[in-house]
Amino acid sequence: MTPRVYVPRDAGALSLGADDVVTAIERQARRERLPLHIVRNGSRGLYWLEPLVEVDAGRGRIAYGPVRAVDVPGLFRAGFLQGAPHALHLGAIEGHPWLASQQRLTFGRVGREDPLSLESYVRQGGYAGLHRALELGPEATVRELTASGLRGRGGAAFPAGVKWHTAREQAAAVKYVVCNADEGDSGTFADRMLMEGDPFALIEGMTIAGVTVGASRGYVYLRAEYPHARRSLGAAIEVLRRAGRLGSDLLGSGRDFDIDVRVGAGAYVCGEETSMLESLEGRRGEVQVRPPLPAVKGLFGAPTVVNNVVTLATVPVVLARGAEFYRGYGRAGSHGTLPIQLGGNVRRPGLIERAFDLTVRELLEDYGGGSATARPIRAVQIGGPLGAFLPASQFDTPLDYETLAAMGAVLGHGGVVAFDDTVDMVERVRETLRFCAHESCGKCAPCRIGSVRGEELVERIRRGFDRERDLALLAELCDTLEHGSLCGLGGMTPFPVRSALRHFPGDFRGTR
Amino acid sequence: MSTHRPQELQALVLAITARLRDQPGPLLEVLHGVQDALGFVPGEAVPLIARELNLSRAEVHGVVSFYRWFRSTPPGRHVLRVCRGEACQSMGARALEAHALATLGIDCGQTTADGAISLEPVYCLGNCACAPAVMLDGELRGRVTREDLDALLESWGAGQ
Ligand SMILES: Cc1cc2nc3c(=O)[nH]c(=O)nc-3n(C[C@H](O)[C@H](O)[C@H](O)COP(=O)(O)O)c2cc1C
Ligand code: SF4
Ligand code: FES
Repeated sequence: MTPRVYVPRDAGALSLGADDVVTAIERQARRERLPLHIVRNGSRGLYWLEPLVEVDAGRGRIAYGPVRAVDVPGLFRAGFLQGAPHALHLGAIEGHPWLASQQRLTFGRVGREDPLSLESYVRQGGYAGLHRALELGPEATVRELTASGLRGRGGAAFPAGVKWHTAREQAAAVKYVVCNADEGDSGTFADRMLMEGDPFALIEGMTIAGVTVGASRGYVYLRAEYPHARRSLGAAIEVLRRAGRLGSDLLGSGRDFDIDVRVGAGAYVCGEETSMLESLEGRRGEVQVRPPLPAVKGLFGAPTVVNNVVTLATVPVVLARGAEFYRGYGRAGSHGTLPIQLGGNVRRPGLIERAFDLTVRELLEDYGGGSATARPIRAVQIGGPLGAFLPASQFDTPLDYETLAAMGAVLGHGGVVAFDDTVDMVERVRETLRFCAHESCGKCAPCRIGSVRGEELVERIRRGFDRERDLALLAELCDTLEHGSLCGLGGMTPFPVRSALRHFPGDFRGTR
Repeated sequence: MSTHRPQELQALVLAITARLRDQPGPLLEVLHGVQDALGFVPGEAVPLIARELNLSRAEVHGVVSFYRWFRSTPPGRHVLRVCRGEACQSMGARALEAHALATLGIDCGQTTADGAISLEPVYCLGNCACAPAVMLDGELRGRVTREDLDALLESWGAGQ
């Protein structure tokens, strides 16, 4: 067979020169008159090996990485089209312990094939979930989702089935499904990988939501910083419209459903659902008081299901394989799997989907391989810029919802960022408050003004005039933020601040 | 880019509002359309957009000023966004940003005097596993070194 050469078109791989690698491969193949077929797949999530090139000459896929354009002539000389040995040779990537040890349910297809080939999507189990939902009917579909234990993966971890049940119960002619693709938490990229690497799965999940709650229109609210995801979603929507899988009378079911992508405009707070709905309506993204819940009165006043990308892309898995199957993964309160995004200062960063069964240490050591700078890892921040810092003494903490909540931390969207021992926790706290000030929607005084005042306090603490007094004021500010904030932006800012103060006191007293 | 004559600007804005006005809640889409075409949202466009979408000028202005993505002044010919997210900072993004600013002789959020380059902060580009990350006019780069950045700024004609 003509060798198939897989080179990801994931934004991360592109950021490391994947397109140049493709150009070099094509040029070399022409020069040597070797036929080959290039497939642009998603990323497998082993980012330290990107651009990861895989070759299939009929005996399974063999990987090479990280490949740069300058490596290409040498790869040809070594015979990589036949899977021959080379310094960058990695063998079958699915056998790589980093990947083989994962439980990839939501990310099962990501990185395998061309994400815009509907034929390969269906061949790999795509649309089995929608078929099952249509068979079951709305009520049983909601029951299935509730029984699976799937909780929202966007941060608040609200049970998905409960939200759908509420939206379905509303008697309204018009309802909406909104996908939260704002992925504002720094340190997270699962939504992006999924939208680029398996956009049909997200759209199938939204379609299931639509036929279940009785909505015929959906929106994806996508952050402006994700141009690649915007292109892949746009292309995927076109493919599905042409195939009759979006539009009217889906698969002869008599149901209509179609979606549009709306692009955000650089406001972190617009990831908060009520702010997002304001933004979708074309207004300033100011957070709104709940109730009413969006599932009761959301977009343009209509009942609206708002779910994160990962939540929606997991729905087809739950339906196709059954609630029992999904619930079989994970533990009480944390059912199923979580795509963890490991980034920052580690040797092997990337996407690790596991059944809530890892400790921080296992994640950092077994997957991360320690720090990239070969220094001790001093702290991790879990759950985005407003998540708590954990010191090395807490690295045996298991990564599940309950355990973290009990210690004043959050799992959030599943981002874990590692810092080595050069990290300055005073600086981290200053950055946190700066971020809060920068992104505040302005509605609550503690968040709008307190954060600015907090930044000044940290500056004074660093200089050390009246340190104990200023530290007490900072602690007080955290209490005010916690109690006087309408949303999690102000409300969660105390997580990183308090955890840094508690676990790294020396940094703030100049005695480290 | 700022040298659009009033009639041209009017025609452009009207074409965009005509295309989008029937969508529900179209204001952000319209602003994106204008900024994609011109690089920024000129103050003169605000009353036009307001009239076409049946909104008050204050409403349109309020939206433009709320969202950091929309700019009211023209950007440089190139825009460099350096990530300020934690993952990138843990891998030296802060030093990278400081280096870029020193080379360009500007502050974050500013444009070089010759109009060649604007440098803007961004909190995460979704490339945290390839830190530090930057975005150059919509093109993402990962594991960026000081040398990469120097080469890039040179090719963009900085520091001349
Ligand atoms: C300040 C703030 C920012 C948020 N940003 C996001 C985000 O970027 N993506 C997301 O999915 N949820 C985000 N959320 C959570 C949403 O409000 C909401 O809970 C979520 O979209 C619901 O979907 P899920 O149940 O599937 O997680 C944010 C919440 C707050 C308070
Ligand atoms: S806490 Fe901050 S971001 Fe949230 S509603 Fe209040 S002012 Fe807005
Ligand atoms: S933190 Fe820099 S790309 Fe995410």
